[in-house]
Amino acid sequence: MAENRQQRIGPNGRPVRPFVMPPTLTGKLRVWRYLILRRIVQFSTLLLFFGSAHWAWTIAETPIIMGNLSSSLLLGVIPLADPFAVLQIFFTQHLLEQEVVLGAIIVAGIYALLGGRLWCSWVCPINLVTDLASRLRRALNIPNAFSIGRHIRYIVLILTLVLSAITGVAAFEWVSPISMFHREVIFGLGMGWMAIVGIFLFDLLIIKHGWCGHLCPLGAFYSILGKYGLLRISFDAPTCTQCIECVIVCPEPQVLDFKKAGQEGLITSGDCTNCGRCITVCPENTLHFNLRPQIKKTTTSNPENPENPENQRSAA
Amino acid sequence: MSDPKTNKARRGFIIKMMQGSALAATSGLGWAFLLQQQAAASPFAIRPPGALAEADFNAKCIKCGQCVLDCPYDTLDLAKAGDTLPIGTPYFIPRDTPCYMCPDIPCVKACPTGALDPNLTKIEDSRMGLAVIDIENCLSWQGLRCEICHRECPVKDTAISVEHHPRKLSKHAMFIPLVHSNACTGCGICEKACPTDEAAIRVVEPSLVQGKIGEHYRLGWKIDTPITEDFKPSIKPDRDVPATGLDYLNEGDF
Repeated sequence: MAENRQQRIGPNGRPVRPFVMPPTLTGKLRVWRYLILRRIVQFSTLLLFFGSAHWAWTIAETPIIMGNLSSSLLLGVIPLADPFAVLQIFFTQHLLEQEVVLGAIIVAGIYALLGGRLWCSWVCPINLVTDLASRLRRALNIPNAFSIGRHIRYIVLILTLVLSAITGVAAFEWVSPISMFHREVIFGLGMGWMAIVGIFLFDLLIIKHGWCGHLCPLGAFYSILGKYGLLRISFDAPTCTQCIECVIVCPEPQVLDFKKAGQEGLITSGDCTNCGRCITVCPENTLHFNLRPQIKKTTTSNPENPENPENQRSAA
Repeated sequence: MSDPKTNKARRGFIIKMMQGSALAATSGLGWAFLLQQQAAASPFAIRPPGALAEADFNAKCIKCGQCVLDCPYDTLDLAKAGDTLPIGTPYFIPRDTPCYMCPDIPCVKACPTGALDPNLTKIEDSRMGLAVIDIENCLSWQGLRCEICHRECPVKDTAISVEHHPRKLSKHAMFIPLVHSNACTGCGICEKACPTDEAAIRVVEPSLVQGKIGEHYRLGWKIDTPITEDFKPSIKPDRDVPATGLDYLNEGDF
């Protein structure tokens, strides 16, 4: 199989090389750099909340961050709030105090500006669980029990808002395993871990990337919110041999549409979580984190746009 | 239009749409049922000061726990998954830790959404619940001198008063604690202090225990009760009915 792949010639005329994990530790760390960074960000977010709540962590005698990911107060002055939770409460026809609305605007603004589903792969605590499930799944080579469409999360998103309006309570917040997990980490463990085990087993045994990639309405919300944000994965089309190493590791492989990425010079889909996995496995150095305006500049200034529709193949 | 291929595609599309809607509808129903079950448990939760009426509180609370963290007595807790209370919402168990009624009300200040009403500025105005006395197990009601609830009550004499009743043949009086709903904040300090094995005075959500007289009753012997005619039914009967009140007793042969 590996030999077969090596004999293949990519659409750019270069031989297709597979990704090889470097034998040295520094090489491995380089491959895992975004993974390690993401884990640091995820755990330190949890730790900051936990430390402020339980060990009275303060800066200049104000608690660092009080609350949880649903809503919190940073350094005693900056309100932060989950914009999706606030949206749901609006749909229950209740007016909220300024503080939480401002918090939601701040958070929504940050994610809209930065872009992508940064929340999903860099902050969300459930990502730890689903990443573990997908890693195990790849190692054990478990096939899907059945398949469902990735657009279902958008239906769940609409359903969330409709149910919020009908039942008069924030529909997703009342069942959300994300809020549940984070809340129970900070405020004491209840039965929430069963939901986490459920998601883990669902992702491991039933549907690959089942929760984050198919069902989660919060992910869908951030897909829409961050679609036009600044931080994107740039795609240097002339170097791509379409070895599809990136597609194999990507939790949202439908976003790696080589044709579209070749035209635009970047991954355009809002479903991209900006996790950076594809960047580190690419043997040709085709993919990079980049800011949208810079990508535009380089692709338009590059006259030899490598469009060859004959050889283009969608990743779907 | 009548091309069989288009027809087949259209048919397939319509079926797909119907399947999708059926899936959304059934899962939506299940989901809504779950939400209503959760919300139905809320009368059993004693909420922090200033909590809005049940339905509004359930809608507005974002479950962030800032009230919990800002409570200096660690009174509050967030309901966990699997508890019998609405998930993620703050509550307290007075027998474990009551609300000590901080005059600056830090929990209300911490609330970012207004689920705890920011207009509550005097803690004495809060209505977290209502203390009720189990007179079968209250020591004072048995004739012992206890009245601990009255002495501990932060709004004593208005929320809990003590009345003395004569006790049958004994020359000793009974000192009976009585709770007044117009002043009881539901802080639960009485419940915490009650010396019986199981508290004989407990804080509960008022709607679970409070009755309502009905506006057509007139307590004529009370000076502040206006004697009016407005208790007569506003709807005219559709046929002749006997005279109201006791008048029929005066009719006919005696």
